[in-house]
Amino acid sequence: MLNRLMLWIAVAVGLTGCGYNDIQVADETTNSAWSEVVNQYQRRADLIPNLVNTVKGYADQEKDVLLGVTEARSRVGQVRVDPSDPESLKKFESAQREVGSALSRLLVVSENYPQLKSDQNFRELQAQLEGTENRITVARKRYIDSVQGYNVMVRQFPGNLTAMVFGYKVKPQFTVDNEREISSAPKVDFGKPAPAPLK
Amino acid sequence: MAIGLRRGLLGALLTLSAVLGLFASIPPAAAQQTVTVPALSARVTDLTGTLSAEQRAGLEAELAALEARKGTQVAILMVPTTQPETIDEFGIRVAEAWKLGRGRERAQRDTGDRRAGAIDDGVLVVVAKNDRKVRIEVGYGLEGAIPDAVAKRIITEAIGPRFRTGDFAGGLHAAVADLSKRIAGEDLPAPWQQGQQAEPQFELLPAVFMSFFVGLMVSRVAGRVLGAAVGGGGAGVTAAVGLASTGLGAAVGVGVGLLLMVMGGRGGGGGPGGRLRTVGRRTIGDTPIFLPGSGWGGGRGGGGFGGGGGFGGGGGGFGGGGASGDW
Repeated sequence: MLNRLMLWIAVAVGLTGCGYNDIQVADETTNSAWSEVVNQYQRRADLIPNLVNTVKGYADQEKDVLLGVTEARSRVGQVRVDPSDPESLKKFESAQREVGSALSRLLVVSENYPQLKSDQNFRELQAQLEGTENRITVARKRYIDSVQGYNVMVRQFPGNLTAMVFGYKVKPQFTVDNEREISSAPKVDFGKPAPAPLK
Repeated sequence: MAIGLRRGLLGALLTLSAVLGLFASIPPAAAQQTVTVPALSARVTDLTGTLSAEQRAGLEAELAALEARKGTQVAILMVPTTQPETIDEFGIRVAEAWKLGRGRERAQRDTGDRRAGAIDDGVLVVVAKNDRKVRIEVGYGLEGAIPDAVAKRIITEAIGPRFRTGDFAGGLHAAVADLSKRIAGEDLPAPWQQGQQAEPQFELLPAVFMSFFVGLMVSRVAGRVLGAAVGGGGAGVTAAVGLASTGLGAAVGVGVGLLLMVMGGRGGGGGPGGRLRTVGRRTIGDTPIFLPGSGWGGGRGGGGFGGGGGFGGGGGGFGGGGASGDW
């Protein structure tokens, strides 16, 4: 009786001491950080139909660019992503990167249409898109940090033993090259929306 | 030989931990010298020396009045430059460090609801004077009241034209007025008033249960009398502190103690003890919930400080919402 109680206490203390709880916390943190990433990408995707329609109203001849955005968006909608699988994560990233570059092409093209640029609706969408790109950057950075913390935990001794016993694996990381591209490609920060005087 | 082997092993282990430590300490990006985030001590922090003392005091007063009215924390930071970072990157770093707006603790204090989540009603205005860039960073809780498009409009219409003529105080004043108008329309919990009843700091029920289980364990090892005394005493003291009443505390303590007298004991014979023992053991078997050191994952925001004297963030969270612009 007493022995059994002691055993339970030993197991409890042992699990705490070898980082089991810490791994749980870190794992859950990466999960919530990941949902934020997906959330923000979704938010960007949701902006696209509206944006495409607005641009169409002024620049219908830019069919290729408009089609490119729509197609990239539908492709990204088909990607089923599992963040613990490196292949799947890579596919997800490249699909999202395509959306990003298609969008930036759209915005570059829209520079040629002064009427579009002064359209209130377009300007609001542009601000929203800018904000969303920034949210994506923030969410990605937080995810990267959380995965880093988790990976260190399941690799370091004694956490690695616990992780091995309970089947916690190292999680794949967003690649830094992609990070650069993604965070710099959709630079929607072009020009002053107001007719600012040249300095 | 054996010593040499052991030393080699030790060396390998040390190297391994050094390598792992190295991995842990390398920041994922940007190793260049970035602008340090200044400590938060006032609502208006001007590191460029642009604002006069009166202008600063005027803005401070407006922002303090806004917080007294709505509970929302708005702060302004003026720096010469954010290079090599963009203003977006710098802005979120400041927002993460300053934690403007009400986090979970303050939300619970202000609403009187122990289950209330963070309100995250903070706004940060960053001006990079030499870069001619400005950013409005909006906390999670105000993304509805101040959508990105509105933040952008405040920058292009309220801030831009005035900054272009060198009227920094006027631009900031207009921005604060616009932000206040937006925040005024938002239904936010009223700020906490001095003298209002503060909520108890810890969860009472789990603490009492904890005492009960400790008592149960003690009674298994050292007999039911000691177990009842420990469990009842613990629960009684916790309850007395938590409820701020000695009488209620004593009642809870006696109750838990009696329960332990009935359920506890080393057992050995049959009777109710035998049956209940199984119940007790199974409960202990499920204890991972009570393991010390188990924390909540994903929590964000630090505790509120501030209050007396200087100004401090309330633990609010930011996710990169808002807008940037130039002039």
